[in-house]
Amino acid sequence: MAARAIWKGVLRVGETEVPVKLYSAVEDRKVHFRLLDAKDEKPVEQRMVHPATGEPVEKDEVRKGWEAEPGVFVVLGDEDLAQAQPEASRAVELTRFVPAEAIDPPWYERPYWLGPDGDDAREPYLALAAALEREGRQGVARWTMRKKRYAGALHARNGRLMLVTLRNAGEVISAADLPAPRGRQLAERELAMARQLVEALEDDFRPEDYRDEHRERVAELVAAKAAGKAPKVRKMRPKKPSDDLDRALAASLEKARGGGRQRRAG
Amino acid sequence: MPAEAAAPRPFWSGTISFGLVAVPVDLYPANRSGRVALRMVAPDGTPLSRRYFSHRGEEVSWEEIVRGAEVDDGRFVTVSDEELDVLAPEKSRDIDLTRFVDAAAIDPLYFQRAYYLTPAGDTTKAYRLLAAVMEDTGRAGIATFVMRGKEYLVAIFAENGILRAATLRFADEVRSAQDVGLPEPETPPKKAVDRLARAIRAAARPALDERELEDEDSRRLLAVAREKLEAGEDVLAPPVLPDGGEESEGAEVVDLMEVIKRNLRGRATPPAPARRPARRTERPGRKKGSARPKSAAKPAASGTQRAGRRAVPDLAELSKEELYERARRADVPGRSGMSKQELIRALKRSA
Repeated sequence: MAARAIWKGVLRVGETEVPVKLYSAVEDRKVHFRLLDAKDEKPVEQRMVHPATGEPVEKDEVRKGWEAEPGVFVVLGDEDLAQAQPEASRAVELTRFVPAEAIDPPWYERPYWLGPDGDDAREPYLALAAALEREGRQGVARWTMRKKRYAGALHARNGRLMLVTLRNAGEVISAADLPAPRGRQLAERELAMARQLVEALEDDFRPEDYRDEHRERVAELVAAKAAGKAPKVRKMRPKKPSDDLDRALAASLEKARGGGRQRRAG
Repeated sequence: MPAEAAAPRPFWSGTISFGLVAVPVDLYPANRSGRVALRMVAPDGTPLSRRYFSHRGEEVSWEEIVRGAEVDDGRFVTVSDEELDVLAPEKSRDIDLTRFVDAAAIDPLYFQRAYYLTPAGDTTKAYRLLAAVMEDTGRAGIATFVMRGKEYLVAIFAENGILRAATLRFADEVRSAQDVGLPEPETPPKKAVDRLARAIRAAARPALDERELEDEDSRRLLAVAREKLEAGEDVLAPPVLPDGGEESEGAEVVDLMEVIKRNLRGRATPPAPARRPARRTERPGRKKGSARPKSAAKPAASGTQRAGRRAVPDLAELSKEELYERARRADVPGRSGMSKQELIRALKRSA
């Protein structure tokens, strides 16, 4: 079944406008808990209370405060917050196009699929996806959605567009600003063995090979209790590595060469 | 707080195993929140506390609160902390790299959060070896591992001789184009593609410029707030109350980058005393003024009150995502609009 679009916007690339719909590309699978009053197992509500009196403060009395210096607050009213809000707009401005590999993973935050909004959008949509793929580039986008400014990377894959939001400037610590650990020069022999080991364990990234067992166990527990059954418990076992580098490498290599093949065949 | 408490504890400590080779590492977040933090205050400027109330309007203490999952018919199934603790994966100290993939081939769709791994053993040899080979071959190691009672899928990358980790979404947490219902792609007219390709080339740049990622919302909000401050408008210094005067602002009291640098240089953190919240640490001579003097009146109760509960310490060390998740479990209202600091505060209040 088709998902519901969460927002509509217009991509702007040069003279071309591409009306798009935005769909979340992530699916929430978590088991959600609410806090209940133990007495009647009904949900509790959170309220703001004044610490001097312990009395609840009504919602329309609650203000936002910016702590200018310790203990000093600038109180911001609705008008102030409204003044700080970005102007509403449907435009997704593509300011520049960088090589497909130019953005480091730590910048990526949340992915959205884009679909063409309306029949007329189909052709420019497909053309933009094809052009991005052909040029091997991704677009850097800025837009306003739900009263917030966003930055994102516009990708194309298999004729479709995806927009991944990016973290703000300063929110990623760059490896380029960090010193690499130092030590005595690595032995050629060990480098060669390590390399062979990596090569022996080379494979494709297949996300479907991994499951969040913990989440599954929590869901099972809830389902079992809902059905009035006693929950069953499954556990995981840890493993143990060794620390003689040279020997460990040789042994691992041996193992990887023997075992890797079988695993892949199976 | 004693001076030797300067360095925060790593987010996680463990071992990367690579075949039978063990690489002991500490893990620190590579992402930090930079958003301007606002607090909920009373009209007189006093920061407010969060409390729970029953549907009958009575305050409910934390001891009288249970956790429940809503089942289909609007009924709740309660689950105790003890039951959840049993389910938590056994603490494994391992990131077992059993698969190496093309680092560039991992779809950005999977990336969740980033971390740095710093060498933690007596020698950096195995660390450097793994980093050198992974960087050289352009490979990333894939594994699942357990951190703070939860299971994560993770990719380990090497860059500039440094190991980095990215937590990945599980396959069932992402939607494909088909799942979303995007139309089947067709071949667009060549002319249209050419025109867009020209527009792309006209705006082509070799790299991402961080300035394009400026947090415009925070800039605007700060501008409004500073203007009011200068005009002396709505600037309030509420009396410090034993319960109200906690927590300073500032996204990062501890300079995370300095900590990571120090660890990479091999001046590893001395093992920190167990279970001490790391965030409030102040190094002498650093960050003057930005950290509020810790109110001695901060009730010690927050620790004892919650003994036996799991939503306990070190909130500041959690990622925003994890804080949000906790806030969701705690049903904190307004959580989606909260900054990291606000989430921390809200969770503390809720405890």
